[in-house]
Amino acid sequence: MVADKIGHTAISDIVAANLPRRKRKQGILVILGIGAILTAFLMLFILVSSLFFSGYHAFTQTHAEIDVFVDPEVIDANKLPRGNFRELLTNALIEIFPEVESRSEKTELYRMLSHGTQFQLRDMIVSDLSVIGTTVTMKVPLSDPFDQLNKGLIDRKTPEEQRRVNNQQISQFDRLSATGVISAPFNWNLLTNPDSRFPELAGLRGALIGSFWALLICFLLSFPVGIGAAIYLEEFAPKNRISDLIEVSINNLAAVPSVVFGLLALAVFIGWFGMPRSAPFVGGMTLALMTMPTVIIAARAAMKSIPNSIREAALGVGASRQQVVFGHVLPLAMPGILTGTIIGLAQALGETAPLLLIGMNAFITSAPAGPFDSSTALPTQIFIWADSPERGFVSRTSAAILVLLGFLIAMNSLAIFLRRQFERNW
Amino acid sequence: MVAAAFSVLLILAVGSYMVNLRAAQLLRNSGERLRAVAHYHGLYGFLIVGLPILAGLLVWLLIKGEVIQWLVVRAIDPIHLTDLTTGERQLALAEIRSVAGGRIFGEPAPWILEAASHLNRFNDSVANALVPVTAGIALILAFVARRRVGTEFHAREKSERIVMLLMILCATVAVMATAGIIASLLFESIRFFTQVPLTEFLFGLRWEPQIPLREDQIAAEGAFGWIPVIVGTLLVMTVAILFAVPVGLFSAIYLNEFASRQARAVAKPVLEILAGVPTVVYGFFAVLVIAPAFRSTGSTLGIDIAPNTALAAGGVMGIMLIPFISSFADDALNAVPADLRNGALALGATRAEAMLQVLFPAALPGIAGGILLAVSRAIGETMIVVMAAGLIARLTFNPLDSVTTVTVQIVTLLIGDTSFDNPKTLAAFALGLMLFIVTLAINVYALRIVRKYREVYE
Repeated sequence: MVADKIGHTAISDIVAANLPRRKRKQGILVILGIGAILTAFLMLFILVSSLFFSGYHAFTQTHAEIDVFVDPEVIDANKLPRGNFRELLTNALIEIFPEVESRSEKTELYRMLSHGTQFQLRDMIVSDLSVIGTTVTMKVPLSDPFDQLNKGLIDRKTPEEQRRVNNQQISQFDRLSATGVISAPFNWNLLTNPDSRFPELAGLRGALIGSFWALLICFLLSFPVGIGAAIYLEEFAPKNRISDLIEVSINNLAAVPSVVFGLLALAVFIGWFGMPRSAPFVGGMTLALMTMPTVIIAARAAMKSIPNSIREAALGVGASRQQVVFGHVLPLAMPGILTGTIIGLAQALGETAPLLLIGMNAFITSAPAGPFDSSTALPTQIFIWADSPERGFVSRTSAAILVLLGFLIAMNSLAIFLRRQFERNW
Repeated sequence: MVAAAFSVLLILAVGSYMVNLRAAQLLRNSGERLRAVAHYHGLYGFLIVGLPILAGLLVWLLIKGEVIQWLVVRAIDPIHLTDLTTGERQLALAEIRSVAGGRIFGEPAPWILEAASHLNRFNDSVANALVPVTAGIALILAFVARRRVGTEFHAREKSERIVMLLMILCATVAVMATAGIIASLLFESIRFFTQVPLTEFLFGLRWEPQIPLREDQIAAEGAFGWIPVIVGTLLVMTVAILFAVPVGLFSAIYLNEFASRQARAVAKPVLEILAGVPTVVYGFFAVLVIAPAFRSTGSTLGIDIAPNTALAAGGVMGIMLIPFISSFADDALNAVPADLRNGALALGATRAEAMLQVLFPAALPGIAGGILLAVSRAIGETMIVVMAAGLIARLTFNPLDSVTTVTVQIVTLLIGDTSFDNPKTLAAFALGLMLFIVTLAINVYALRIVRKYREVYE
């Protein structure tokens, strides 16, 4: 009895003695866990904030309002759309900077304006011939170095030879700025212009339309085919070798690296079938192969969650098995299928590697008119701009990424909304 | 023309539905008993008209180019083509096509001009014939379907059989895609291995795919040994896994055992966001932030670090893999029966001890499977390494060196103009085949581990 009591005390003493150490260990584990989660949060924060801080500049574009005299001696109404529009613009600038005289200085002065300004002027004159001989006020984009100067991205203290604008250019810009004609409105060109060699003109129009076509093709192929496959596998397929083979193939397709789909598309669609390169149609077909497993898996899960009592009730009043599926199971499963499909399409929108292999990284300065025209897509455009050496493209790339992320957030929010709205517990 | 053909097809198929529906309704209204409701008679008409012609149109679109080319070649006087090599023949055909498209450079030979006019003529007649032929066949099929409408016709069973065949066809698309991947990779790889011996590819220590384009061009001979490339891939993968596994596992342990409900509700979606970011974005992030940060850290320490190190590429890839590993580990921990945890706690274990000594070992096979899947993802990941890793294959194990990976080589070899007859292009397919085999093997093995261990607890 006494011994028992002693033993008991001894054990509780040992436990009591060890407890702080064991609690400390637990504390370490908790701290490590919180540290790991904070690391992930920090990474996401750095990712988003760095993209935002480098990208928000591209959402505005420095413009200058200048008065251009459309000189009838330079522009001949009969020869339009040919004409020396550049000279008009240079003359307009010389009005502001009368001291500029030498040819090289004039050329230098013109560089202040975007390369596309002359075409803007041309289009304006061609559309309205009455402006010839009058003075028009134009809001023109400045070229990339001056755009950066205005946004404060060029440090004026760096030595002149390491700067992209020299001292004279800076003083000219400051004089222009002092007259109050410089403004930086929202850069609609980023969304409405096609790609260009000049950062201040480059936009995402071609990429957005290309991605739209590719996603549309991807949806039109993967949605019906995926649902058909899911219905067969979930509701009808007998348990045999063939349906096993189909299941294994679907699981494998979901795990194959995306670049391999690009190889498939290049060899089969372009090499063997002779489909056009760089076309959103081929891109959409490739993405459809990658999205199909997602749709199938989502559709099967959605149909599996429909209780059997519904099928049995329908069968009981004399429906055929297909009538059960198309009349009852499929409509009830549709919200779940749509949610999975939208998530799959969001993944497809961000997919880059297979599109690179089928040539959707070409430099194309016009938006595609249809799914068979050469085009880029949003992620490949990001890749092209990320590879461009001009400084201005860094912020364009970040801005394009922000646009892409915006679309992804919108699509995923739609999926979450659908899930919330139609979720049912049977 | 193609769009018009599809529209005509759709209109006639719907028309066939209406005609059959009406016919069946009239029959029923006249007091006859039908085997199926009128809707199914209509559906049968729709399917009979729509499906065969749709399939026919798609096949025609696929083979149209080849057929017309064959017709043109037949129309050309054979003297002009017999002496040409395959390449010259391709060139001649390309010239014919561009002349036919109105892009004439220089003075084409008369027979080319003639062939071009043939090509245009064939194209025109084919385009003009498409809609009438589609409409004609559709009308014949619609007539056949209309004839079937009757009291003895099992319209529902027939239609359902067709629909069932359609669904089976959909299900086999996945098999066909897998077969297509294997076939295309094998086919092009075999062509590669006829030019470069398999042993040289598998065991060669140099990867220099620059080959001379012309006979007299001065360039390296070109070497196709994949060892440096796969070593680079493994190096980047190792860096990524070494970063992602601790972070992913500790977050999973914390979220599974210690986090409050609110913390879970916030942390899980944030991790899912990391998983949803496209890889091209991670690639740009590596170039924009991580690589310069490593570089400046290196220069303050007095080490010269290349802008495209394995460390930068692997680190960013690790960020991408965090959510992957943490969600797999979380699932594996959740799959362990609660009895085990409760038993350990009842014996006086702290929650940390229950986690580390009971739950974690029990979940280990599932976690290992998840890590293996992450390894396979890291090996197959493309955009991050294309943007952040190097192009030159170097046999090194130093993560501060610039290395290249299998996927980088595939993309760089195939970007730009590709013709399917030089080893440079075909090498990409050989690498793709290797990538496919490796990732497939890892995936199959990992899934087997995960499934086997799940069954133990179910």
